[in-house]
Amino acid sequence: MPPQDIISKLKESGIKGRSGSAFPTGLKWESVKKAKSSKKYLICNATEGEPELFKDDYILKNHAKEVIEGMRIALKTIGNAEGYIYINKEYFKKYGTKLKKLIKKLPISIVIANEEYGKYIIGEETSIIEAIEGKRAEPRQKPPLPTEKGLFNCPTLVNNVETLYYVSQINENRYQNKRFFCISGKARNKGVFELPENWTIRKVLKETGNWPVSFVQVGGGAEGEIMLPKELDRPIRYMASIIVFDKKTNPYLLMKKWADFLMKGNCDKCVPCREGLYRLSEMIKKKKLEKEVLDDLFLIMEETSFCPLGRGASIPFKSLISKVLK
Amino acid sequence: MKKVTIQINKKKIVVDEGRSILDIARENKIEIPSLCFHPDLEAKAGCRLCLIEIKGKNRLLTACSIKAEQGMEILTSSPKIERARKINLELIFAQHREECDDCIWKDKCRLLNLAKKYKLNLNRFEDRKKKFPWYQFGPSVVFDSSKCMDCRNCVEACHKQGADFLELREQDSFFEVFPTKDPKKDCIYCGQCLTHCPVGAFEAVGEYEDIEKPFQDKDKTIVVQFAPAIRTSIGEEFNMKPGEVVTDKLVAAIKKLGADKVFDVSVGADFTTMEEAKELLEKIKKGKGVCLSSCCPAWVKFLEFKYPEFIPHIATTRSPHIILGALIKTYWAKNQGIDPRKIKVISIMPCTAKKYEVIRDELEVFGMEPVDYVLTTRELARLLKKRNIDLKKVKPEPADNPLGAPSGAGVIYGASGGVAESALRTAYYLLTGKNLKNVDLKDVRGMEGIKKAEINMEGFKARIAVVTGTGNAEKILKELKKNPKAYNALEVMACPGGCIGGGGQPLPSTPEIRKQRAEALYKIDARKKLRLAHENPILKKVYKEFLKDEKTIHRICHTSYKKKTREVKI
Repeated sequence: MPPQDIISKLKESGIKGRSGSAFPTGLKWESVKKAKSSKKYLICNATEGEPELFKDDYILKNHAKEVIEGMRIALKTIGNAEGYIYINKEYFKKYGTKLKKLIKKLPISIVIANEEYGKYIIGEETSIIEAIEGKRAEPRQKPPLPTEKGLFNCPTLVNNVETLYYVSQINENRYQNKRFFCISGKARNKGVFELPENWTIRKVLKETGNWPVSFVQVGGGAEGEIMLPKELDRPIRYMASIIVFDKKTNPYLLMKKWADFLMKGNCDKCVPCREGLYRLSEMIKKKKLEKEVLDDLFLIMEETSFCPLGRGASIPFKSLISKVLK
Repeated sequence: MKKVTIQINKKKIVVDEGRSILDIARENKIEIPSLCFHPDLEAKAGCRLCLIEIKGKNRLLTACSIKAEQGMEILTSSPKIERARKINLELIFAQHREECDDCIWKDKCRLLNLAKKYKLNLNRFEDRKKKFPWYQFGPSVVFDSSKCMDCRNCVEACHKQGADFLELREQDSFFEVFPTKDPKKDCIYCGQCLTHCPVGAFEAVGEYEDIEKPFQDKDKTIVVQFAPAIRTSIGEEFNMKPGEVVTDKLVAAIKKLGADKVFDVSVGADFTTMEEAKELLEKIKKGKGVCLSSCCPAWVKFLEFKYPEFIPHIATTRSPHIILGALIKTYWAKNQGIDPRKIKVISIMPCTAKKYEVIRDELEVFGMEPVDYVLTTRELARLLKKRNIDLKKVKPEPADNPLGAPSGAGVIYGASGGVAESALRTAYYLLTGKNLKNVDLKDVRGMEGIKKAEINMEGFKARIAVVTGTGNAEKILKELKKNPKAYNALEVMACPGGCIGGGGQPLPSTPEIRKQRAEALYKIDARKKLRLAHENPILKKVYKEFLKDEKTIHRICHTSYKKKTREVKI
């Protein structure tokens, strides 16, 4: 049997992007590989901008070699390619030297994310592309997708640190369908745990010694969904971040924290995200949540925001209000 | 271009692939509300009002940013669209402080029209920006940030000008538009921020609170002169079509405001043409390199501030209304036996930068300012409306003698390429002693940002570049830095299409409207018998009687420039 190529391996493994949108990695690679262009790009997203998320930190600390190996495989696979590691300032300080050493002669450059443009939006894939091109880090209109026309209008593969780490495992046929779970907040046993990806959230919390919980936020400290203990019998679909909350949690303070983070972290380019979040934060400040206004704001944020950040910004508020505040 | 078939509201339309849905809808008279989209600029898709549904897509999308693809089935209205659009409108309203009576979009405000259509509850949210400050950019432009809806069109327009005076800065978790504090950047007063702002956050200085002022000096002889570009644009303020020629109605209407005399700046343009043609030939003869046009004060300021190394190349010839203003206060005043200090010259200009030009010290003539006051096209229109003077209905009246009859060359000054064309018509004559057989220099006409032409001047080929937009001009300046002989003449107008697209012109200013305004100017020229500046009888007379020696010519028709540091204080 001839050796299986990496794209079939990726597809077979079922691995999905680990940055949050859970797009099948094999398909993404395939479209960039198939795209006809004399120049292509690979971007490793190491911005990890969600609050209380530190799994990429952990991976860069312990497995940087495998991440670079994943990039090497990607560059070779898509062809005519050059790579970038787009990294936040803090991680660059910690791991920049190490990464440079590991890169050796590979055509990979490191670009430090300019957090002035919004700490959160700089992690959105089209904003990364704009930023590397030297422009303001703001989301781009899709289509065209980055896989067709990305960095400098060339087909571009954007993968998260964790995805690239697992690529190296998949390539060596030792991938065990695991992922990194980041457990934080009021958890007794905080940390990053590499566990099977099909474990239910309840099992993950139990096995890591973090059960019982009052409620959790799953999928990131800014746009993750609030979930009650009874809802945790399913695996994590998107970002594997679990923030644990106890009974003493003040829901208004929590919402204020999200609103402040999102308002500071967004790009302010479109009305629903910019103004919707502002009106939401005003209501939270006054502790006066009017249902009709909330429904309206959630609708336009979800339906009419320019980019995924705006479209997802209602998730934590909506779920907290309906499940915890009631 | 590949054709595709799409459906909008069940109507099948065959279109070029890749065109925006908004564009296609408008062409097919399908109404989609939009606010931030401006055809001059990139579709930013920020206001989220041009919402559409596309079959198979699970959320709302924006018509300005979606490109046509084969088989797309589009809805421009649905209960979900209407609801979302209304909420976004409410949010925009809540960040924009209304001051409708004093707004440059009055009577045609898209925001207000949509508010009415959607029956908005305008008080649902408190104005987010009500305490935001306003800024003044020199004597030309005011930015009231409490009206800004953050579409950032102004920032793009300013960037396209190469000025980068407006920028985004973070304040209280919002990226807001600010004038920069960078001493290496300054406003050039072109007013393109204003023409691209959908909600009137920018206006000219004095617009409209000071429009009565210039006509109030009762003990003075009020002389009004109007710029070439006004005659085919001001009609728009009175429900006429863009490009409708209203020259004589304009004169009559201005008279009704109390002007004693009304002259035509196009006559001044004929003098500018004469002097600029002489300068051009002089530069060519002496091998002094390129001759840069000097009529546009925004362009001149741009050079003085950002490219002072080019100052020696700027034509010293003054702009048309400055020359005519000087002639009014000297030649004409003397002929009439009026004390020039008792004359007040008001220029009606398509331009915000002209408000800056008239206060330049270098322009003084015998201790007087050639022009006392500048009103923009919009300001004049507002004043006429205030006095219930309907331009559409007034009985036409020709401009006054002797400074009211221009050549066609003087009229086309209002369009990009007009100065170059007029100057070349005259330069050809001055060089060869003959007139051009065909005076239409079509290569320098039109709406493109950069036009290039070679004009055969009997053996000598003059290389000309004609540019709109100071950002485009930078490209030519860079070329000139590499090769100083790349061009003999460079005409630059800061505004798109030339003065017809100026910062003082009626709104909206779109490529289509500007094209119509410009074409009408060329039609006026084509219909005239007198099409060459040097053949204008009044010009000949003034040179014979008054502009007899170099010293007087210099005093009336020429100026100087100096390197500038930042002027706008914030």
